[in-house]
Amino acid sequence: MRTTSHPRRAVVLATAAVATSALLLTGCSSGSDSGGSGSSDANAKITLTVGDFGTFGYKEAGLYDEYMAAHPNVTIKYDTVQDGQKYWDALTTHLASGSGLSDIQAVEVGYIAQATGTLGDKFVDLGKAEGVNPGNWLDWKTKQATTAKGALIGLGTDIGPMAICYRSDLFQQAGLPTDRAEVGKLWAGDWSKFVEAGKTYQSTAPAGTFFTDSASGLFNAALSAEPVQYSDAGGKLVYKDSPGVKKAWDLAVSASQAKISAGLRQFQDPWNAAFANAKFATVVCPSWMTGIISKYSGDSGKGKWDVAAPPAAGNWGGAFLTVPKAGKHTKEAAALAAWLTAPEQQAKVFTKVGNLPSTVGGLQQSAVQGAKAEYLNNAPTGQIFAASAQSIKPAPIGEQDGNVKTIITDNGVLDIEEHGTDPAKAWSNVTKLVDDKVGH
Amino acid sequence: MATNVRAEAASVAPARPAWRSRLYRFDLKASPYAFIAPFFLCFAAFGLFPLIWTGWLSLHYVDLLKPDVMEWKGLGNYTRLWSNDQFWTALRNTFTIGVISTVPQLLMALGLAHLLNYRMRARGFFRVAILAPYATSIAAATLVFVQLFNPDYGFINWALDAVGIHHTNWYADTWPSQIAISAIVTWRWTGYNALIYLAAMQAVPKDLYEAASLDGANRWQQFTRITVPSIRPTILFTIIVSSIGATQLFGEPLLFGGGVGVSGGSAHQFQTLSLYMYELGWPSRQLGRASAVAWTMLLLLLLVGLVQFLITRYRKRHELGG
Repeated sequence: MRTTSHPRRAVVLATAAVATSALLLTGCSSGSDSGGSGSSDANAKITLTVGDFGTFGYKEAGLYDEYMAAHPNVTIKYDTVQDGQKYWDALTTHLASGSGLSDIQAVEVGYIAQATGTLGDKFVDLGKAEGVNPGNWLDWKTKQATTAKGALIGLGTDIGPMAICYRSDLFQQAGLPTDRAEVGKLWAGDWSKFVEAGKTYQSTAPAGTFFTDSASGLFNAALSAEPVQYSDAGGKLVYKDSPGVKKAWDLAVSASQAKISAGLRQFQDPWNAAFANAKFATVVCPSWMTGIISKYSGDSGKGKWDVAAPPAAGNWGGAFLTVPKAGKHTKEAAALAAWLTAPEQQAKVFTKVGNLPSTVGGLQQSAVQGAKAEYLNNAPTGQIFAASAQSIKPAPIGEQDGNVKTIITDNGVLDIEEHGTDPAKAWSNVTKLVDDKVGH
Repeated sequence: MATNVRAEAASVAPARPAWRSRLYRFDLKASPYAFIAPFFLCFAAFGLFPLIWTGWLSLHYVDLLKPDVMEWKGLGNYTRLWSNDQFWTALRNTFTIGVISTVPQLLMALGLAHLLNYRMRARGFFRVAILAPYATSIAAATLVFVQLFNPDYGFINWALDAVGIHHTNWYADTWPSQIAISAIVTWRWTGYNALIYLAAMQAVPKDLYEAASLDGANRWQQFTRITVPSIRPTILFTIIVSSIGATQLFGEPLLFGGGVGVSGGSAHQFQTLSLYMYELGWPSRQLGRASAVAWTMLLLLLLVGLVQFLITRYRKRHELGG
């Protein structure tokens, strides 16, 4: 625009320049964090943030409110991401840059080896924090969250001892037993008996239904009972020669080829919908899965789902609470984490959402031991899962376990299920992908 | 800053006319630069620097969790891409999804714009309505499409079943999944492009149409002989912008795939280059290789741009000569 000189224009120009430079300054500087740094005063008002994924059950069990009532100076804010993988991707970026972190961050067991390994120095050592007694937890749970230097960086929240959830109505229609003790006997002691039971079911199954939801779920379950999984005791990746992986892979392949699996990917929309439509008769069922079943099967599935003992005990999932060093109130955050993971609170979470306690004391609480799941035909879930928890033999875990698991289940087993890929070719794909994605 | 000096000078100016006129000339020359400076400063900080830094990263092995430790790889990350099946799959997918989303999208936009250019009832309403998909968030739109395309309980398979096409697996099979993703892209961007075309069409002089109709040209002839040639620069612009968008396609396939979104389905059947970059950078923590993919994408875009440029220049010369 070519205009004649005008004093007004100069003012506009100056204002615009000031405004844009102000914009630039605020735009280029990082977000303004409120709150002072060294608040040593115990009664100073502070805000603690908790970042987690999926369902930890703290809000549901009213624990945040309870803690805030007991500590009037503390305000708790939480930020929950549904997808665990996306949560972890974001968390690693935040940890690397040291910003955007919550005071407490949950870490899933699949990634805990990365947290204790490469990221070990980013977390506060909670072993020495006030109110923490490492002996409270199941031995292997504490070990998983301990770094090579002996720092305990995560407090165990829940564990995932396994059982099998089954639909007694579909079992009955297929002529299988429906009593949970007898159902357990169908496959007691061996996962391959589970596949055999599946073939029996499939031969007389109600039309359009499958014995189990996914071969990947079966793979995870069978592998979790094995003493050697993806990594050896030194944390080195040995999945190619691991007898556990081979056994679980063969089992998943046989299930897929016998067409006893609905071929769904777990935690995905069609899988959720299949619960409501009673498309499969069994699902491998760590304690936290019971909440998912009741959520997606809804009222129509109430009393039809039941729980039986698994072929072999194993652990699938569970998590830890960590306190990143970059937080402003690490001491107060550690106290909150210790309180949230104490036996009494774990028992409350269990009764509300079904996450099984990872502390010895929590497992012994009468609220856990005597728990019956009304939705699951009044099955004594507390007893079943606590018993399964006692017989878990933990396997060593490594930094890359989570990645290898994702590749094997999503690009290996699922590829066979969806596209009928030859198992040998699928396995060579898996090894190629792992070689490509892991290491340099 | 020059503008501040100018503002100050405005109050004392009348006393020193020579000084003032010099300042005025300076203002004329310099203030446009001052106006655009914020953009270029921000661009340098948030565009150019990351671009160069990414290029530097792409020559190293870098762990996402330890970005300060870099190990020199030279062009190793690029040669590794060249011999990597998954990269070629992603490149092919990006291309096919790009074509099956962009071509119908622009053709439909052209047709819609032509219709909206007629006098009709509630024209304003329709013009706003076709922009609604563009204003919808990708996440919300994709979630709805995921439901629609559900192979077992979705509306699309139910409707297809009624006309005798049975059970298309929109998630697992290569072409159906790519078509489904293209449908989301097309749905979202058609209206936007239509509005751009409409704006260009309204600038076409009306007397051209009058003259044409006097000469006996029908509507279709008017469209192909007058409208399309008149808005050719706009069409070129939308083609370029859509090609860039298609090369960078990320959110739709990621959300469409749900839990297997990052790897673009169990056999990478709809993994785009952006998703492959994300998979390398985040789940696999290999920032260097992800950067190499990012730079490869940039080079591809420049290549596509160059081809488009050459075609236009050739056409221009050809037309002028003929």
